[in-house]
Amino acid sequence: MFDIFYNENFLAFIFIMLKIIGLVVPLLVIVAFLTYAERKVIASVQLRKGPNVVGPFGLLQPLADGLKLFSKETIFPTVSNKIIFLLAPMVAFSLSIAAWAVIPIADGWVISNINVGVLYLFAISSLSVYGIIMAGWASNSKYAFMGALRSAAQMVSYEVSIGLVIVTVLVCVGSLNLSEIVYAQKSVWYVFPLFPMFIVFFISALAETNRAPFDLPEDESSLVGGYFTEYSSMLFAMFFLGEYAAMIMMSGMATILFFGGWLPPFDIAILNQIPGFIWFAGKTSLMLFTFLWVRATFPRFRYDQLMRIGWKVFLPFSLLWVVLTSGFLIIFDLLPSSV
Amino acid sequence: MSDVELKNMTLNFGPQHPAAHGVLRLVLEMDGEVVERTDPHIGLLHRGTEKLIENKTYMQAIPYFDRLDYVSPMCQEHAFVLSAEKLLKLEVPKRALHIRVLFDEITRILNHSLQIAAQGLDLGATTPFLWLFEEREKLMGFYEQVSGSRLHAAYYRVGGVHQDLPLNLIEEIEEWLAGFGKIVDDIETLLSDNRIFKQRTVDVGVVSPEEALSWGFSGPMLRGSGIAWDLRKSQPYAVYDQMDFDIPIGKNGDCYDRYLLRVEEMKQSSKIIRQVLDNMPNGDVIVRDSRLYPPKRDDMKESMEALINHFKLFTEGVRVPAGEVYTAVEAPKGEFGVFLVSDGSSKPYRCKIRAPGFPHLQGLDFMTKGHMLADLVACIATLDVVFGEIDR
Repeated sequence: MFDIFYNENFLAFIFIMLKIIGLVVPLLVIVAFLTYAERKVIASVQLRKGPNVVGPFGLLQPLADGLKLFSKETIFPTVSNKIIFLLAPMVAFSLSIAAWAVIPIADGWVISNINVGVLYLFAISSLSVYGIIMAGWASNSKYAFMGALRSAAQMVSYEVSIGLVIVTVLVCVGSLNLSEIVYAQKSVWYVFPLFPMFIVFFISALAETNRAPFDLPEDESSLVGGYFTEYSSMLFAMFFLGEYAAMIMMSGMATILFFGGWLPPFDIAILNQIPGFIWFAGKTSLMLFTFLWVRATFPRFRYDQLMRIGWKVFLPFSLLWVVLTSGFLIIFDLLPSSV
Repeated sequence: MSDVELKNMTLNFGPQHPAAHGVLRLVLEMDGEVVERTDPHIGLLHRGTEKLIENKTYMQAIPYFDRLDYVSPMCQEHAFVLSAEKLLKLEVPKRALHIRVLFDEITRILNHSLQIAAQGLDLGATTPFLWLFEEREKLMGFYEQVSGSRLHAAYYRVGGVHQDLPLNLIEEIEEWLAGFGKIVDDIETLLSDNRIFKQRTVDVGVVSPEEALSWGFSGPMLRGSGIAWDLRKSQPYAVYDQMDFDIPIGKNGDCYDRYLLRVEEMKQSSKIIRQVLDNMPNGDVIVRDSRLYPPKRDDMKESMEALINHFKLFTEGVRVPAGEVYTAVEAPKGEFGVFLVSDGSSKPYRCKIRAPGFPHLQGLDFMTKGHMLADLVACIATLDVVFGEIDR
């Protein structure tokens, strides 16, 4: 009767589950502290102190916030479609967590080292627009609806240029596997030869994660709260956590594509002593800091201006770079052998 | 398709909206993101100020003026005391006039820094807001030093100001003034040259000079369209005629011009403040008239005349000769006017207030027609509406 528990597959399943828990729990803690870091960074830019009451240096603030949101009443607007209203934050949140399955945090530290890792990431981040659309539609509120429409248009537009940026990296690497992409950067990080593409990627990542200056979907000054205007308590918290998890994911992706993932900047012994995940975490944190820094500095784009940049500037530019890069690789016969 | 009826979306914008600047309620007719018609609804902050003033003595009426446009309190007190002084034909002491100009200009900086901060915030730039509030904090400290109150000062009196400047205030203002230019420069680096800020404000909410005149605009809304009209120059009150300052004007009449204009006005204001501080005369700060000025507490304990003056003349209030008068001052938001009718008693018979924000709000519809929703927010910010004065 208990044979099933001694099955080899079952042990593998348990092992996978442990790995997932080992990734997701620290991730959620990091997400929580990213909100703290955001408040602290923006506070210092704005000559304020930021959270400093709950715990030492306000370090327990995220926990207090979480507790507060958890204990609040979940309000369903009477005119909303309750099922989809409930489903939307779940979709948004679980997708932003699911993307982490293929991200290699250090050499071999990855839940699923699949060969189409980049495509998987791309697919997941495209899907996340559904959470927002569902939220906007199900709330049955005009502000949420407009926020959702803006968001859908914005995420789809910037996905195109992100796709082309990834293509540029891929022709240099010759593999869709994220670990392979990191190995390929052993000698030089791609940020140096592909610097303009990194800029395009970074700006598109801001737009893709709905962060300032592209935070139109939640444009507080014209759309109140955007697609999550009607959300409260834990449902709101899930959108919130999802957004920050997506931010970390995008930063991680930038680290892998352009900053050599877990590799140290120079291939020398002392630097190699430091564990890979520390390099990865350090680079990702730097990217995240830039996210926050941008938010504290810039005003917000208008909807049409955002679309114009996406389609009329980034798309032709990144297309040009794809052609240039591949042309360069072909002329000098530098194409990776596996292609 | 013929049997499908297309309808514009109606969007209720406010009053509980983060960009509604208080209790503004707009009913918007939207074609997608494009605003077709803007219908401002007012009255949510109506407190019947004008009617209440009719039952108050002239001195008791002053605090109501703080509560009209609560971002620029002292300028409005100025308009009211000027009108009463005109009816009373009072000669106000020089020092009081200088103090009034000093605090009018401090008020102008208070108001413009809030406006610029709010404009930045409405366009998504959160940092200038906090930086400028730091300055407002210091300026409100000056308010507190002279009047005991940080916002609703009630400092001006018919015939002068309530009390003399405390010791060291002049030095403190000078010290603040020395650092203020740096703050303005910092704000300008964040906003004036910022591409996104320009994209959001240039050619948005354009007001032509003709439109500005026919809609009764005043203040920065009028000067932004290129009309150099400033009551401080055209009909100087207090000691503005002795001050050396320029009136900045805009060129295109868009939100960006009005933003630059307000920044420049802050610089001009600090120039005026410096001149006032350098030329501050000595002497009384209020007309020594028992009807306007309460006797000292100590005197009231000793002298019978002082006691009588207090309960008879001062508490009863000054009896203003019958007549009617309109006085206006250049408040930070525009021409703030008071039309005062006196029947010879110690209470105004009628006190009509001309708030600059009221005509500006009417212009919102033509300014935003065909713009996007996000531009509407920029336009509301540039109008610098405060509902305390619009609803009164």
